Amino acid sequence: MIEVHNVHKNFGDTPILRGITCTFETGKCNLVLGGSGTGKSVLLKCIVGLLKPDIGSITFDGTIFTNNKIEIRQEIRKQIGMLFQASALFDSMNVFENVEFPLQMLTPDMSKEERRDRVEFCLKRVGLENAGLKMPSELSGGMKKRVGIARAIAPNCTYLFCDEPNSGLDPLTSIKIDELIYEITHEYGITTVIITHDMNSVVEIGDHIVFLHKGLKLWDGTKDEILNAQVPELKDFIFSSSLVRAAKKVEQEGGTIETSVGEPIQGE
Amino acid sequence: MVKVFGQYLLFLQSMLVRKERVRVLWNRTLDEAVSIGIDSVFIVSIVAAFIGAVTCVQIAYNLTNPLIPKATIGFMVREMTILELAPTITSIVLAGKVGSSIAGGLGTMRITEQIDALEVMGINSTSYLVFPRILGAIITFPLLVILAMVLSILGGYLAGTLSGALSAQEYIEGIRDAFIPYNITFALIKSVVFAFLVSSISAYRGFFTEGGALEVGASSTTAVTHSIIAILVGDFVLAYTLL
Ligand SMILES: Nc1ncnc2c1ncn2[C@@H]1O[C@H](COP(=O)(O)OP(=O)(O)O)[C@@H](O)[C@H]1O
Ligand SMILES: [Mg+2]
Repeated sequence: MIEVHNVHKNFGDTPILRGITCTFETGKCNLVLGGSGTGKSVLLKCIVGLLKPDIGSITFDGTIFTNNKIEIRQEIRKQIGMLFQASALFDSMNVFENVEFPLQMLTPDMSKEERRDRVEFCLKRVGLENAGLKMPSELSGGMKKRVGIARAIAPNCTYLFCDEPNSGLDPLTSIKIDELIYEITHEYGITTVIITHDMNSVVEIGDHIVFLHKGLKLWDGTKDEILNAQVPELKDFIFSSSLVRAAKKVEQEGGTIETSVGEPIQGE
Repeated sequence: MVKVFGQYLLFLQSMLVRKERVRVLWNRTLDEAVSIGIDSVFIVSIVAAFIGAVTCVQIAYNLTNPLIPKATIGFMVREMTILELAPTITSIVLAGKVGSSIAGGLGTMRITEQIDALEVMGINSTSYLVFPRILGAIITFPLLVILAMVLSILGGYLAGTLSGALSAQEYIEGIRDAFIPYNITFALIKSVVFAFLVSSISAYRGFFTEGGALEVGASSTTAVTHSIIAILVGDFVLAYTLL
């Protein structure tokens, strides 16, 4: 479990995070939901230690991370995998080398064969067993995300952080990436934190959801609770999708929307 | 200004604490050295050969006094290229080539979050990315400067003899006249200092790029400008203290 306690962060005089307290549960997909520019990425960077919170602390399974000794921070960092918004693959290395890199750097005792097996296993897990020799510039957006995931999980991470894994992907690819992250999380009992502004992901994979608005946490709960949440900002956010509005309109006019997925949405 | 300089020193210091394993860094250094060397050998050769040639022709043009032996032309070409032109001009050329590539490369890694990715893995990104580039430059610059010395003297030879300004005999006589080995040492010291200045300033500029592709371009340009200024100031300081 990751505990975020009263985290504040300013850039110059502008407060970005204004006292955030929340927890991310072990073995679950924890979603951080919020509009653009609300400080989601800043929160994530504070958690993984790329930024230092002005006030507040982060605890990983009982071990304090913020301001702790460098050795302890290094130990925790070795258990962190991260998928970046633009994938952040090393563009001078091919796919295989990208996934091998953290193993090479973090587990020097591993033999070459063990490393190769692990890389092949991870690439297979994300469905890219034949792409090992491709360079990042030759990959599509969805493939880059897959490589990013493989690289993040290669050293057996305990914590997985994903910054907008769906950004720049078409809806179908988005769902596939979401499902992959969800499966991996539950398969290996990883504590996963996903930043998103996509309601599809919430409904699809949101085991636990934290809603941010203008640097404050306004709500948290499960995906079953979110539709009944009584926070106005969250309601606005959920129902701002034009698809939802269109569906509501159809509903108000007493119509029905047929879909091939699940049951048809019924109007009363 | 003071703040920038302080940040630059802190940046250099961060490279030395919490180092990566020696073998990893050494392999990275060799990669960098090879890529700097191979990328630059062509342009350095061209520039050096022409500088030697031009120097020779211009000195011949200026030396009209029949009392001064023609061998002096060869002597002066040697003195000018070894002491000043080969190390300084080569380093300025390399500031353009290597400096922009270091700043552009690191700037791109910064804005595409590749540096963040290294940091999240618990890797000291300055030690991993910057240290090998600086060491690679320090290994390569002197080698390229030696090449430049040889080629500019050769360029002078060709220009001098082909234009008929002096005979091959006279040129070689001049080249061998009153040779001071310390001048070579001095030129190599200069090249090492310039290598450090160019690579560290460019790395600093690239590493702290903020924004997007436009800013990466701006970082490269600033890196080259600042490197060249640093080379010229460094040249003066070294000449003043070591000669
Ligand atoms: N390094 C930085 N320096 C200054 N301001 C920043 C920095 N990083 C983010 N910000 C600001 O913080 C706010 C929140 O950014 P971010 O967390 O990236 O938003 P999002 O929720 O879309 O991920 C934005 O207004 C952004 O301009
Ligand atoms: Mg963001």
